[in-house]
Amino acid sequence: MSTEAQDLEKLTGGEYKYGFVTDIETDTVPKGLDEDVIRLISKKKNEPEWLLEWRLKAFRVWQKMKEPTWAYVDYPEIDYQDISYYSAPKVKERPKSLDEVDPELLATYEKLGIPLKEQEMLAGVAVDAVFDSVSVATTFKEKLQDMGIIFCSFSEAVQEHPELVKKYLGSVVPPADNFFAALNSAVFTDGSFVYIPSGVRCPMELSTYFRINTLGTGQFERTLIVAEDSSYVSYLEGCTAPMRDENQLHAAVVELVALDNAEIKYSTVQNWYPGDKEGKGGIYNFVTKRGKCAGVNSKISWTQVETGSAITWKYPSCILLGDNSVGEFYSVAVTNNRQQADTGTKMIHIGKNTRSTIVSKGISAGRSQNVYRGLVKIMKNADGARNFSQCDSMLMGDKCGAHTFPYIENNNSTAQMEHEATTSKIGEDQIFYCNQRGIDTEDAVNMIVNGFCKEVFRELPMEFAVEAQKLLGISLEGSVG
Amino acid sequence: MLEIRNLHAEVEGKEILKGVNLKVEAGEIHAIMGPNGSGKSTLAGVLAGRELYEITEGEVIYKGRNLLDLSPEERACEGMFLAFQYPVEIPGVSNTYFLKAALNAIRKYHGLEELDAVDFLALVKEKMQLVEMKPELLNRPVNEGFSGGEKKRNEILQMAVLNPTLSVLDETDSGLDIDALRIVANGVNKLHSPENATIVVTHYQRLLNYIVPDRVHVLVDGRIVKSGDKDLAFHLEEQGYDWARDLHEPVENES
Ligand SMILES: Nc1ncnc2c1ncn2[C@@H]1O[C@H](COP(=O)(O)OP(=O)(O)O)[C@@H](O)[C@H]1O
Ligand SMILES: [Mg+2]
Repeated sequence: MSTEAQDLEKLTGGEYKYGFVTDIETDTVPKGLDEDVIRLISKKKNEPEWLLEWRLKAFRVWQKMKEPTWAYVDYPEIDYQDISYYSAPKVKERPKSLDEVDPELLATYEKLGIPLKEQEMLAGVAVDAVFDSVSVATTFKEKLQDMGIIFCSFSEAVQEHPELVKKYLGSVVPPADNFFAALNSAVFTDGSFVYIPSGVRCPMELSTYFRINTLGTGQFERTLIVAEDSSYVSYLEGCTAPMRDENQLHAAVVELVALDNAEIKYSTVQNWYPGDKEGKGGIYNFVTKRGKCAGVNSKISWTQVETGSAITWKYPSCILLGDNSVGEFYSVAVTNNRQQADTGTKMIHIGKNTRSTIVSKGISAGRSQNVYRGLVKIMKNADGARNFSQCDSMLMGDKCGAHTFPYIENNNSTAQMEHEATTSKIGEDQIFYCNQRGIDTEDAVNMIVNGFCKEVFRELPMEFAVEAQKLLGISLEGSVG
Repeated sequence: MLEIRNLHAEVEGKEILKGVNLKVEAGEIHAIMGPNGSGKSTLAGVLAGRELYEITEGEVIYKGRNLLDLSPEERACEGMFLAFQYPVEIPGVSNTYFLKAALNAIRKYHGLEELDAVDFLALVKEKMQLVEMKPELLNRPVNEGFSGGEKKRNEILQMAVLNPTLSVLDETDSGLDIDALRIVANGVNKLHSPENATIVVTHYQRLLNYIVPDRVHVLVDGRIVKSGDKDLAFHLEEQGYDWARDLHEPVENES
């Protein structure tokens, strides 16, 4: 393994604490989960009664549920009573400036070409002390406000726009949907809320970068995006640099609602700590992401680049309810060392002439396991529905695995479906060809892998795509040659 | 420029090169001919540093250095170029991007500044005329969906852009129709100079009508069994390789 790869491991490893650590000094609810804890969370957040009831209902459902075991992942049993479900941001421990941050972490940021301001943010530098681009964020916020766009933290939305939250919360992912969604519904602490009024085209990519007040990745995040008739929004989640994060279990829920002629583009780059070479530590990322194309001609497009986490369990899906609505899923999932990813999508065609596209690129290296799991379901009345699926896997070395499970349920004879799948090994021939032209192996692997992922990367917003490419290179450093 | 001494190489325990000797000076064009399976591509691959081959004996001196000590990319940066018999496809990576990365890697090795997009494109456009390549091939993924002839032209385009000191062309003529053959040969001739050298590996004499070699070597069963001037190629054409195969004792390579 190259020294750079070791450095990266060292520094990401050094930044994270394993297991579930609680700090008595901070404003933290004791470990464990019961109705009192949920009442406490709701009270601390000054929530209306209906939301508390909603949480409690979810909790009661969750208690009767079993953790899913069908995914191709393997991890020690999680003790849900050993987690603290509410913790106010720890201000005390934060470094005061970049001078106090691990220089190796900074070196990675440098490599990724992340601007200084963002480096400070990512490294968890006490934001109010040094981060003066708050004003930038404020400027953006004012501009958005003028257009009637709401972009705020979930907690803020509960206080300021309770009627919208009440109307749409759980309308795409009901609390009883699955084990992790139910848990999230009971205990979520914060997240993002976006509302685009009808006819408005959001003039900028909405990124969590600008929402610094809730920057720390929540353990149980809740995101809700509503696009009214004929509106458009592009939302960027996550960031390409390794973040400080002490939570091992992440169970987020993301709900998207697109009404008539509306379009939502949701892009994710996920780079959480994957654990060490032996798979110790590392984040369990169990996310439920779903979009509802509720209106006619609406469109929801998921693009994800998943390189982090020890375990990823994630199926961003589209319910194509409105006639002529369109769902898209573009995914790159990279696993290295002992990482496990079970990811894919569900496209549920309900409306007429609904269309979906699935492009999945899985790259496995080391001893990792990479699974694509997808469902295309065509309901009885979905006349003229069409799906195109393409699932390509690339293996680096012979100790890793790639698996593809494309499920199809077709209940309408007019539906058209196309499925393509390939599995290839990264070619010694390709690497040698590059070497022979002067390009070293590391750059060659980078180039070949990025070429393999091109169809997905071109769906990402420009800046994100550039970072994602670099990130891929870093994730796979030292895995060949 | 290049001296190969008693080179032995094997693949998976099987000896393919059984003592190759060859000396190439700057300004020269050498042809290596031989029947299928005689080890021509193996020799080319060993020179370029392909890992597949294990060198069991002998040495290769290139520009005064021990070539076998260098990594494949170092050899490339030192001006060694191999035009592949089977050029490799790299899906999703545009031809231009690949070529620019290659050129800049070599420039970096020599402490030169990277070429920016504008200068690079100007250079490529100029070199493309040499091989009469269709401009749209530049934006297509490397070799993907190229015809056999287009792939070979693309190899020569890369050679033109990278400007190597020693080029080894492995069966660059195979799969080319007569027009394409002329174009490719013409390109190679134009790139030839007193400062560089070319080794043309071929199965047929045909190519040597267009690229006239200073020396011709016959490789049979991992040994150079005969060397001579360009007339040797005609002789081979008439007599066939059986004639060469009958030469039991390797002939000393006197150039
Ligand atoms: N990867 C390989 N594995 C096993 N044998 C090989 C391999 N590559 C080449 N050979 C063998 O080496 C010999 C020489 O091959 P090659 O150098 O390609 O010949 P030429 O280019 O002269 O046709 C042949 O017998 C061939 O079968
Ligand atoms: Mg050959």
